[in-house]
Amino acid sequence: MISLSVWEIVHFLLLAARWTLLLSAIAFLGGGTAALLLLFLRYAQPRGGATLVRYYIELLQGTPLLLQLFLVFFGLPLLGIEVSPLLAAAVALILYAGAFLAEIWRGCVDAVPRGQWEASAALGLNFISQMRYVILPQALRIAVPPTVGFLVQLLKATALSSIVGFNDLTRAGTIVTNATFQPFLVYGLVALIYFAMCYPLTVCSRFLERKLGSY
Amino acid sequence: MHPQTTLQSADAAPPMVELRKVSKWYGPFQALKDVSLSVRKGERMIICGPSGSGKSTAIRCVNRLEQHQEGQIFVEGIELTPEFKDIERIRREVGMVFQQFNLFPHLTVLQNLTLAPQRVRKMSRKQAEDLAMRYLSRVRISEQAQKYPSQLSGGQQQRVAIARALCMEPQIMLFDEPTSALDPEMIKEVLDVMVELAEAHMTMICVTHEMGFARTVADTMVFMDHGRIVEVAPPEAFFSNPQNERTKLFLSQLLAH
Repeated sequence: MISLSVWEIVHFLLLAARWTLLLSAIAFLGGGTAALLLLFLRYAQPRGGATLVRYYIELLQGTPLLLQLFLVFFGLPLLGIEVSPLLAAAVALILYAGAFLAEIWRGCVDAVPRGQWEASAALGLNFISQMRYVILPQALRIAVPPTVGFLVQLLKATALSSIVGFNDLTRAGTIVTNATFQPFLVYGLVALIYFAMCYPLTVCSRFLERKLGSY
Repeated sequence: MHPQTTLQSADAAPPMVELRKVSKWYGPFQALKDVSLSVRKGERMIICGPSGSGKSTAIRCVNRLEQHQEGQIFVEGIELTPEFKDIERIRREVGMVFQQFNLFPHLTVLQNLTLAPQRVRKMSRKQAEDLAMRYLSRVRISEQAQKYPSQLSGGQQQRVAIARALCMEPQIMLFDEPTSALDPEMIKEVLDVMVELAEAHMTMICVTHEMGFARTVADTMVFMDHGRIVEVAPPEAFFSNPQNERTKLFLSQLLAH
């Protein structure tokens, strides 16, 4: 057992928190890109592509993230790919985020009134133009609250990556606890730091909603 | 007069829009039964009938917002077969005005009008804006160009919607109950715009309950009921001497109040 001051503990935890933020950003950007592609596929090919997308989403939403992490971490080496904890966590979280965001955004696109599709079609706009100029801008505003809400969930979900050895905030907390035998203090600080990262996101959500305006 | 089912005579120009024995089902329900119509260039056709008679479905098949299962539809001589892919080409020439206006709420009035000319006809922004301002003054609403649809009254929104359709400079205009969602005091301003359009001999097919308007502009009145065309006649004959019992009943109910 070693003795550390509160500031030393916080300092160590904050250094690890950067990795949590990095992993969250990678997962959100990667998942978001995947979700956009899935979204277009769903609407452009209502029969073939949309069914595949649905299976993918149901699979990813129906299994625990922890197990998805394990499958990626232990499964990728079987395919001959060298796996670092960061890579495994990133791949698993991108797949996970992609599935959830695709479903959230589908709901938002469906919420745009059908008349918008009809009016834009009647003017001769093709599918891509309809999505780009008419549907997605309206879906965007609807999408802000659930998307930011999911981003908060995602940031907290990165805590699971500690299980596969990724040096995120949670793992740092475990390391310090094992050294100082002060679990309540340490994990309390970990929770505070997670809150400090998540709270600005919710503020951002309200700001974005106001900025995008209401019709 | 019997419903038109034959082609125009050989010396006349081909019809702008032609439906030949068109049938359409929604699942087990048959919405259109053997519908045949022919609209010449510059003809103003008014379709009336009770709710559920298939009038909206019929015109929505013309720009393929609905797809027919039997029969043939020709727009400017081009047949809308099930395999026909280039539907945007048809839609560029056929403008549509909806009962619910369907303006784009996130765009200003001007942007609503310039979107399609820029993205579909590939006009520059300046060209599109000049075009839009011309049509906005034509519907007498140019001072609202920078407003958003939510800031306009229903009558103003529908006039914007008409201008938006006109900006694509279509050959044919379809109106799907354009005044049915409007408060009574706003109906006139929209009908005035439509009358002007009709007097300029825009080829138009209009589904409406506004019989006063119909009497003023129609070349041909069509009465539909339960998915079928029941009667087709010029307005004088249609209103003063309807042939079919169902037509008589409908007109008496409509003109009673």
